[in-house]
Amino acid sequence: MSEGALLSIEDVSVDLPTPRGNLRAVDRVDLTVGAGRTLGVVGESGCGKTMLSRAVLQLLPKKAKLSGRVMFDGKDLVRLPPEKLRKLRGRSLAVVFQDPMTSLNPVLTIGTQLMETLQEHLELDMAAARQRSVDLLAAVGIPAPEQRLMQYPHQLSGGMRQRVAIAIALSCEPKLLIADEPTTALDVTIQAQILDLLAREQRRRHMAMILITHDLGVVAGRTDEVAVMYAGRVVERAPTPALFKKMRMPYTEALLAAIPKIDAAPHASLPAISGRPPDPTRPLPGCSFAPRCRYADARCQTEKPSLSEAESRDHLYACFHPVETAAEVSA
Amino acid sequence: MATLELSLEEDVTAVTAPRARRLGLLFWMAIGWVTFVFAVAILSDVLPLPSPTDMDMLERRAPFSFAHWLGTDGLGRDELSRLIHGARISLVVGLCAPIIGLSIGGALGMLAGYFRGRFETLVVGSMDVLLAFPPLIFVLAVVAFLGQSILNLTCIIGILGIPAFMRVARASTLTLARREFVIAAQALGATHARILLRELLPNVFLPLLAFFLLGVAVTIVVEGALSFLGLGVPPPISSWGSMIGEGRESLDVAPRLAFLPAIAMFLTVLSFNLVGDTLRALTDPRQGAL
Amino acid sequence: MMHGTQPAPSDPLLDVQNLVVEYGVGGKIVHAVSGVSLQVARGETLGLVGESGCGKSTLGRAVLQLRQAVSGKVLFDGQDLTAMHGDTLRKMRQRVQLIFQDPIASLNPRRRIGDIIAEPLVIAGIKDPAERRQRVRDALSAVGLDPQLVIGRLPHEFSGGQCQRICIARALVLNPDFVICDEPVSALDVSIRAQILNLLEEMKARYGLTLLFIAHDLAVVKAVSDRVAVMYLGRLCEVGPSEQLFAHPAHPYTALLIEAIPVPDPDVRPAESVPVGEPPSPIAPPSGCRFRTRCPRADARCSSEMPELRAVAPGQFAACHHPLI
Repeated sequence: MSEGALLSIEDVSVDLPTPRGNLRAVDRVDLTVGAGRTLGVVGESGCGKTMLSRAVLQLLPKKAKLSGRVMFDGKDLVRLPPEKLRKLRGRSLAVVFQDPMTSLNPVLTIGTQLMETLQEHLELDMAAARQRSVDLLAAVGIPAPEQRLMQYPHQLSGGMRQRVAIAIALSCEPKLLIADEPTTALDVTIQAQILDLLAREQRRRHMAMILITHDLGVVAGRTDEVAVMYAGRVVERAPTPALFKKMRMPYTEALLAAIPKIDAAPHASLPAISGRPPDPTRPLPGCSFAPRCRYADARCQTEKPSLSEAESRDHLYACFHPVETAAEVSA
Repeated sequence: MATLELSLEEDVTAVTAPRARRLGLLFWMAIGWVTFVFAVAILSDVLPLPSPTDMDMLERRAPFSFAHWLGTDGLGRDELSRLIHGARISLVVGLCAPIIGLSIGGALGMLAGYFRGRFETLVVGSMDVLLAFPPLIFVLAVVAFLGQSILNLTCIIGILGIPAFMRVARASTLTLARREFVIAAQALGATHARILLRELLPNVFLPLLAFFLLGVAVTIVVEGALSFLGLGVPPPISSWGSMIGEGRESLDVAPRLAFLPAIAMFLTVLSFNLVGDTLRALTDPRQGAL
Repeated sequence: MMHGTQPAPSDPLLDVQNLVVEYGVGGKIVHAVSGVSLQVARGETLGLVGESGCGKSTLGRAVLQLRQAVSGKVLFDGQDLTAMHGDTLRKMRQRVQLIFQDPIASLNPRRRIGDIIAEPLVIAGIKDPAERRQRVRDALSAVGLDPQLVIGRLPHEFSGGQCQRICIARALVLNPDFVICDEPVSALDVSIRAQILNLLEEMKARYGLTLLFIAHDLAVVKAVSDRVAVMYLGRLCEVGPSEQLFAHPAHPYTALLIEAIPVPDPDVRPAESVPVGEPPSPIAPPSGCRFRTRCPRADARCSSEMPELRAVAPGQFAACHHPLI
C-alpha cells in the first residue's frame, strides 16, 4: 500500500501550550493514504482527530508546535514555504468541514465563492468559471444550479450548504479530500445522501479521501482502511473489513458495543465504557485507555504499548492484551 | 451493572490550575494607583494640608518648596491641596454618575431583554431619543435652570449614561435568556423575578461591572471637560477639570499648573480602563477550561 | 378527529389532544405542530423521533406550556395544562421535568452545582435547609456523582457527560412523575452516550418515571422506548410498539429513516437508493400528506387528501394512504 502512498504522515506530534500546561493533541501518529483510497479516522471528541487533519493542512493554531513529517505527493508540507502551501491547498488538497454555515462566507453568493476558487487556482475566465460552477453544482445534486449561483448561504438548507461546500472542495480536482465530520450537523436522511455523494465523486475522480468521524457506522461501509484514535494516539489500524471482523483493541470493541443497535431489543442495557478520556495535559505513563479498560493489568498502567503489526502485516494495534475472540457485530 | 462515572478525584487537582491566572504587573499598578487616589481623597480632611481655598497673594505661582510641595496656583492657593480636594470631586462625580446609569440602565436593559415585546420597543425607543439629544445643550439647559452644583452635574452625566448601560444589559440578557438554563428554570416553575435575580443577574452583572469601570473613566473625563468649559463645579471648589481650565491662563509662565491635574486625571482614567478591560477579559468563567 | 382512532392507554398520564403550535418568524407563520394527538401511559417510555425542524422539540415544550398552543389540549393526570395559569401551572410543572440536549448550556455558569440542584426545592417551597441538603446529596449519589466533590463546584469544571448527570439530578430532585428528555444524548460522545442512556433507564425504574424521549437517532430511541412516535413536519406519521414499528414500518417515512441509519458492518453496503430531497419548510408545508414530496409512493390522492392515523396492525397506527403493511 505504501508504495503508492499519496499522503504519508510520519511520526507527527502536535503540542498545544495551554494555561494548564502542555497539551499533546496528537501523539506520534503514522498514517498513509494511497491515491484513490479512503482512510477513516474514528475517535471521540478531543482524541486529536481534528488536530491531525489540521496538521495535514498546515492550518494549526499559531501557538501549536508540530514535529514529524507530512509527505504529500513527494513534498514535505511542514517545510513547504507558505506561498507554495497556499497554492496546494484548495487545488490538490481540499477540505470539507463539519459546519457548512461557518465554512462558507455568509456575505458572498454561492456563485462568487465557487468562481473565486476556480479563477484563483485554475486561472479560468469569467464565462468558463461560471459554466464550470454550474456543472459542479449539478454534479453534487443541487437542483436548478443556475439560480443557486445567485443565492447566499443562509438561503439554503443545511444539506444544500454542505453540497455547496463539497462542490467548492471538488472544484479544482483535488488529489486528496479531507472530510472532517462532514455529516455530523445533518439529519440522518441527509447524512446518507451526502456520504453517497462523497463516495460517488471520489470514485469518479479517483481522489483519495480522509473521512474523519466519531461514528463507526459511517466508516464501516465507506472506507478502505480505518484508524481508531484515542487520547492523541492511533490505537488500532486495519483494513475496514478486517477491523470489523476482528477488533483487537479493547477500546475499538467497547466503542462499537456502546452504540445502540437498531436490531437490539428495547431496554437492553448497553455495555457502556466507564469513566471518561484522560486529561490530555497530564499524560499517563502507561496505556491511555487502561483506566477504562476491563482487560487492563499492572503492566498497562506503567508501560505504553506501541502500535505494532501483531495481527497481520496491515492490522496494527497498540495493546498488551488484545481481544482474542472475534468481535461480533453484537446484536 | 451500571457503570458510574465516579472517578472524580483525578479532577480535584486538575481544576484548580486555571483559576490562578496571571493578571500582570500593569493590572496591579493600576489597582495601586486607584487605591492611592481613593485613600488621599478620603483622607484629605485629616491630612496636614493647607486649605485649598486660602489665597496667598504674595506667593502666586510659587515653585515647588517645602511649604508648598507642588507650588501654588495663580491665586496663591496650595496646588497639592487643590489636587487632592479636586480628586474628591472627580471621584464622587465619576463614581456616582455611572451608578445612576448602572442601576437604571441595567434594570431597564434586563427587563427589556427578558420580557421583549412592547416594553422593549418602548425602552429602546426612548433611549434612542435620549441618545439623539445633543448632550452639551442638555447640560447647558439643566445648568441654566437648576444652577451649577455637584448634585446636578452628577445627575446629568448619570442620565446621559443610561442608554449605554441599557444596551450592554439588554444585549447580554438577550443571549442569556435563550440559553437552556433559563428555560430550565421556567420549566421548574420559577417566577419571573426569581429568574431575573437568580439566573440572569449573576451573569449580566460582571459585563456590567466591567462596563461600569470604563464608565467611571469616561465620566471623569466628561466632568473635567465640563468644568474646563465652566459648566462643572462652581468656584472656588476645585476639580481636576477646572484646575486645568484655570491653569490654561498661565500656560506660558507655569505650565505645571495645567499639567499636574492633567497627569493625575490621565493616570486615573488609564487605571480604571485597565482594570475594566482586565475584568471584562475575565468575565467568561469558562475561559480557562480548554 | 384523530383522537378516538388512537389506542387510548387505559389510564394515560399524558394525553395530548389535537395540539397545534404556530409561531411567527420574520412575519411568516411556522406551522411547528399541526394537530398532534398522543398518549403516554403511566410508567411507559414514548420515543418521539423526527428530523430537525419537524416540531418534536416544540411539542415537548408545548406540553410544559413553555410554548403557547394555538389550539388543542394537554391533559396531564386528567387536568388540562393549557387552561392553567400562574401558580397552579407552576405547581403542576414541578411534576413534569425537562432534560435538554446541551447539558452545559442548561446549567447556569455562575452558580454552584449544589445551588443549581437545590433550586427546584427552593421554588417548590421546601424551607428546611437541612432537608434540602439531604435531598441534593441523594439526587447526586443517585446519578453516580460524589456529592462531596461536586456540590461546591461550577458547571464549567465538568465534562459534558458529567453535566448531563447533574441535569438529570436536578430533574429528579423533586421526585417528578414525568420527564421530557429532549435529545439528552445527541451532544455527547459515543462512549458517554451509553452511560447516560443506561442511567436514564436506571432512574426510570428507581423513581417510577414516565418518559417522553425526544431524539433524532432511531437506534437511541429504540434502546429506551416502549412505544415510538414518528413525526414529520409537524404531524405524526406513525405510532406503534417500538419493536413492531422497527421490524415492520408502515409509513414510507419510517422506512426511509430506518434505511438511512449507518450500520457498523462493512458487509452491509449502504443502499444508494435513499430518495433524494430534503424536508420542505414548515412555513409552507405541502398540501395533503406532508411527506408526499419525498415519498416514492405518492399519487394524486396524497396531495389532495390529508391521511389520518389509522390502525395498520394491533397497536400500530400510520397516517398514510399507501402503507407498506
